Amino acid sequence: MFENFKARAETSGNTEVKRFETTAQALGFIEEFLAKEEIKEEVGSYAVWAKSPILEAFDNNAMAEKFPGLHFEVTRELAKGAKIGITQLKWGLAETGSMAQDSTDVEQRLASALSWIHVAILPTTKIIADIPAFMTKMHPKDIKFITLITGASKTADIERVLAIGVHGPERLVIVCVDDLELEGVAS
Amino acid sequence: MKQDMSASIKKALENQNLAGILDRWNYPAMRAKAFEGIDFEELRGKIASIKGDAAGRLDELADTFKKNAEANGIKVFRANSAEAARQYIADLCKEKGVKKIVKSKSMATEEIGLNHFLDEFGIKSDETDLGEWICQLAHQTPSHMVMPALHLTKEEISDLFAKETQQPLDNDIQKLVKVARGAIREKFFEADMGISGANIAIAETGTIVTCTNEGNARLSTSLPKIHLALVGLEKLVPNYTDAAPILAALPRNATSQLITSYVQFISAPTKNDDGSMKEVHIVLMDNNRTKMAADPKFKEALQCIRCAACLNVCPVYRLVTGHVFGDIYTGGIGTILTAWFNELKSAEDIQALCIGCDKCNQVCPGKIDISGLILELRHRAANKEGLPFIYKSSLQVINNRKVFHTMLRAASVLQKPFVKDGFIRHLPMFLSGLSEFRSLPSIAPKPFRDIFKTIKQPKCEEKAVFFAGCAIDFVYPKTGEAIVKILNKAGIEVLFPEEQSCCGIPHWASGSFDMAAEAAEHNIAPLLEGDPTYVVVSCGSCTTALKKEWTKILKEQNKEALIPQAQKVAERTYMFTELVDKLIKEKRLTPKEGLELHTLTYHDSCHAKRQVGIYKEPREALSATGFEIKEMTECDTCCGMGGSYTVKQPEISMQMLKQKMKHIEETGAEFVTAECPGCLLQIAGGLDKIGSKIKAVHPAELMVDKFQ
Ligand code: SF4
Ligand code: SF4
Repeated sequence: MFENFKARAETSGNTEVKRFETTAQALGFIEEFLAKEEIKEEVGSYAVWAKSPILEAFDNNAMAEKFPGLHFEVTRELAKGAKIGITQLKWGLAETGSMAQDSTDVEQRLASALSWIHVAILPTTKIIADIPAFMTKMHPKDIKFITLITGASKTADIERVLAIGVHGPERLVIVCVDDLELEGVAS
Repeated sequence: MKQDMSASIKKALENQNLAGILDRWNYPAMRAKAFEGIDFEELRGKIASIKGDAAGRLDELADTFKKNAEANGIKVFRANSAEAARQYIADLCKEKGVKKIVKSKSMATEEIGLNHFLDEFGIKSDETDLGEWICQLAHQTPSHMVMPALHLTKEEISDLFAKETQQPLDNDIQKLVKVARGAIREKFFEADMGISGANIAIAETGTIVTCTNEGNARLSTSLPKIHLALVGLEKLVPNYTDAAPILAALPRNATSQLITSYVQFISAPTKNDDGSMKEVHIVLMDNNRTKMAADPKFKEALQCIRCAACLNVCPVYRLVTGHVFGDIYTGGIGTILTAWFNELKSAEDIQALCIGCDKCNQVCPGKIDISGLILELRHRAANKEGLPFIYKSSLQVINNRKVFHTMLRAASVLQKPFVKDGFIRHLPMFLSGLSEFRSLPSIAPKPFRDIFKTIKQPKCEEKAVFFAGCAIDFVYPKTGEAIVKILNKAGIEVLFPEEQSCCGIPHWASGSFDMAAEAAEHNIAPLLEGDPTYVVVSCGSCTTALKKEWTKILKEQNKEALIPQAQKVAERTYMFTELVDKLIKEKRLTPKEGLELHTLTYHDSCHAKRQVGIYKEPREALSATGFEIKEMTECDTCCGMGGSYTVKQPEISMQMLKQKMKHIEETGAEFVTAECPGCLLQIAGGLDKIGSKIKAVHPAELMVDKFQ
């Protein structure tokens, strides 16, 4: 399932898929990534991290201190000035390389839609087959706002030439974590 | 046809930008790849049944949707007319003090001319979909339903952006896109309202689904404090899971993607980042949709999911774009929707642009008989206003066998001064438009019906009636002779009932269903004379008439009594190569040993390929008789003949022929063939005019000496 998901996601437009066995390793990668992308307290260089289960696994304040410019609250203005937006996704869809987001909380949308780079954390165990499978997991009668995200923002509106990063992220980095959300896995 | 229509066709044909872009896209191949591993027929069966069922109960579903969405906190307004929808939106803007609006792509707002309307109240609406924004800057309407600005070049777009952002820009597409991002981004933050459309509206949960690639719908539904969605009633489906097949077909067909970057399911208002509650309004708009649903023929058009595949494959659309072929809703389906939804422009001129090639029907995920519905529009227009006098009288003449045949015989004499090598290259004065881009074949000195009497045939048990059609009889009698010769070799004796006349396709294609039924009536009894095993036809269009249309049209015209006979004809009808292929496989025809090999390219006539599904058989029969088939690009794209189309739309017909000749020439084959005298006439005339070495010959004449 993971291999199919990775293959599809990586052909969906400026998308990389990483996989880590442990949350600690994944966090290590994210820290490196923040450093590499030179996150700082400056408009255009922020990173915003929307509420996610993974935030309970580490000391957020310590990380914020280490990376000035990293914010754990997401407002329109911060998201607008963000280079990186980090969110955690609910499900991965192998057939299309998509991820399903519970978008009820506007933070999730702001962080994943306004930043230049969207870092999407996905529990590896939550990769399922396709849209019909997703429909058995997330239902609009329980969730006010759901989004399926596949690849980076793109257009072919000018001469049918593909261009990436129109109104949304121009890069999508998917971080699959094997030991995340292990309990309660229904699939 | 109105003068301005003809002028806009000429203008569009001069600018082949969109055609070039669609050609480079190579849509058919990309689409096929996107559908790999998916049974398209099964998928579209599902969609057609879901949407067809929904179209049958729009009112009920709209009520359910409203009830469920309102229970979730969304305000739902049911607008019967475009006017009511506009007024609701304007009033809402006034009440909430809305001055600035960002819009993500919505055809429905185009349909009601919303931007212009709001403008009069001092409310500024900015399009945020890149293509729509470009159209807005250029003060133009979309030319394509999915990619609205496809008719503009990057140079033109760069000029528009430079003017808007007041900076010099180069023509790099990647950079232009970033310029647009920068220019539009601020507007999302400033807007008081975001307006979107919806691709699907789910009644069960009161949910709207939006599909976008750019991400503008995400921003326009999330950043402004009010979100308004304008949704046509045809977007309704009963259940959540009904969205799955639509989501599978829409992106694959629209942009040859497996899924669009963002698919949103919005079912309730959510909080803004300052803790306030967003307001969500949904306007469910009718604007003649329930009237359409009540029409037994046009109800089917509500199964459309607006994927625009029918545009991408349409040979006419590709040449003239949606600015000519359609109005807001474009191409084949646009012609139909325009007729029902558009208050501004009648579709009567637009419907005349469809050549009836059926390419659209094949790719339609809603399983809509698009070309059939356009024909129905034509039929209704012809009923209401009558056909132009000259045209009507010529159709009547065709139906009067004696008069028509006498005229053709007379023409054979009259044309003499213009004929050379069997072609008419120039015609005097007012007729000259007809021979400008292709030579016309001359009327044969002796029609097949006269020649037939002189042919000596062996007496055989098995009989086949030959239905020649007008062209073989009077223009290509040699084809008829070849057919008799070949069938005799299989031990089949050919009968030629003299009473036969035109098959009725020209009447049918011009919407004169009554005259088409008369044509069927004339022919049925003669074709069954002598109780033949086969009725052999050497033309794809006539084959369609005999195999399919006669029974339909007789029913339509309440001539049920004739249907059993018509069915008998249909069951016995074979297109010539279809029969040859069968006879070869039954070993009743055996190709000679050591045949010299020749190369050939096969043009599929629209009717043969898509109406009666015959395309393998001719290739197999020709291959068996020593022809190596070199397939041309788009072998099944219309040659531009389309019966009388070439007379009514000569410029478009000529462009289509030019494309066809380019594809034929590229193969370098010795021969081109097509089992339709109309296509052959068009192609042979075009090749003659450019002095090509490739010869256009009917399959029967190619195969005549190839059997033992
Ligand atoms: S039948 Fe042919 S010409 Fe007519 S709309 Fe369909 S594709 Fe276009
Ligand atoms: S008519 Fe069919 S092919 Fe054309 S846009 Fe609608 S669904 Fe697509």
